[in-house]
Amino acid sequence: MNSWPSAFLWLADPVNWAGPGGIPTRVGEHLLYTLVTLLIGVIIAVPAGLAIGHTGRGRGIAVQASGVLRALPTLGLLLLLALWLGIGFTPPLIVMVALALPPLLAGAYAGMDAVDRQTIDAARSIGMTGWQVLFQVELPLALPLVIGGIRSGCLQVIATWTVAAYLPLGGLGRYIYDGLAVQNYAEMLGASVLVIVLALLADGLFALVQRLVVPRGVLAGRSRDVRTRTPRRSASSTPSTTAG
Amino acid sequence: MSWLLGNADQIVQITLVHAWYSALPIVIGFVIAIPIGWLANRYRVGRGTILAVVGLLYAVPSLPLFVALPSLLGTRILDPANVIVALTIYAIAIMVRTASDAFASVEIDVLLSATAVGFSTWRRFWSVELPLAGPVLLSGIRVVSVSTISLLSVGSVIGVTSLGYFFLDGFQRAFALEIIVGIVGTIVIAVISDLLLSLAGRLLMPWNARPPSRRAVRRAEARTLVEAA
Repeated sequence: MNSWPSAFLWLADPVNWAGPGGIPTRVGEHLLYTLVTLLIGVIIAVPAGLAIGHTGRGRGIAVQASGVLRALPTLGLLLLLALWLGIGFTPPLIVMVALALPPLLAGAYAGMDAVDRQTIDAARSIGMTGWQVLFQVELPLALPLVIGGIRSGCLQVIATWTVAAYLPLGGLGRYIYDGLAVQNYAEMLGASVLVIVLALLADGLFALVQRLVVPRGVLAGRSRDVRTRTPRRSASSTPSTTAG
Repeated sequence: MSWLLGNADQIVQITLVHAWYSALPIVIGFVIAIPIGWLANRYRVGRGTILAVVGLLYAVPSLPLFVALPSLLGTRILDPANVIVALTIYAIAIMVRTASDAFASVEIDVLLSATAVGFSTWRRFWSVELPLAGPVLLSGIRVVSVSTISLLSVGSVIGVTSLGYFFLDGFQRAFALEIIVGIVGTIVIAVISDLLLSLAGRLLMPWNARPPSRRAVRRAEARTLVEAA
């Protein structure tokens, strides 16, 4: 308990806010690493996820690949690649992108999967082409979940760039490892607070975006009941046998 | 190769510790999350709040949480309890959401029928609701299992014994084989744990050999992936 005051003193100390190792620089580095990772990840995963969702092909492979990628311990991959490819920005970036792929892919795929089949059929029946269905119907409806995938990928990437500072990199994890090396718990705790705040801010921002991209028509038709109850198939699809 | 033979004892021992330290959060998280998930599904008012709180918990990055917990729990920084508590928090965060989805996937008609033939709420929960929510719960705990086992190795950077030790030691000695041993060990634990869970699922839910709601399970899986990956 008594370590909190010293952690906040560390955070408030002007010395820690200046220069190339200062807090603003480290926050900037952390954000930059995260943005670069997400950008590459989105370029790779979102089109793939949309394609899988649109065509319905390759679902099994996508889910399995995501599972395998998730089972791999990140720290091990980071250090192994750094050992093979050398110290620098590229080896950890490769691992980070690989790590961000499963949530991005799953978000895009789950978003497409959640679009009602009847809506797609209706769009086709009024003469829309495959591309029109994809961009004007499926993508807008899937967008909140696609962003949801980016949201969880972003959290994961922020968290893991912190761990990656075990290698000689910038970012907020630097403070945690530097503090650990000289047993400066105040610095470690202060930096941890910064990373947690950064992650929560990013999470909040994405939550907001997720809300904003919900198409108006969906909002209008949404029921008041927030529970995710599956529709009762028996009531709507099978004709009543007692009527006759 | 000689390193493998010479250190076989240590490798086996650390693998067992890793398995034990990750089993605790998986089991404790599951047990704590079931009632919370049930409440979240049962009471509409609570649902938003509970899911928002577990969402926030899940957003907290792992290494900072490992570092912050000693000052919150009053433990020493090297205490394995910090990492186990942190992983339990993540397990609860994933599992509460899945559990709430799982209970929502139980048909309301079935619950009403159970009440109509005289089941009390307590008995209805154990003999109707929980078994029917089982397949989705199982998919959730499998996700928890994989992510806990892989995340535990991060604890080694603050000195908690796990297969992550081989990552750090191998990197410092520029010895790739040692890192690979750690990675393979982690995957082996994850695969065995997954097999045990699906075996338990088959024994406890024999009727689930051909699940009627495979689509519900797949959806829940995809959703847990989005949230937990």
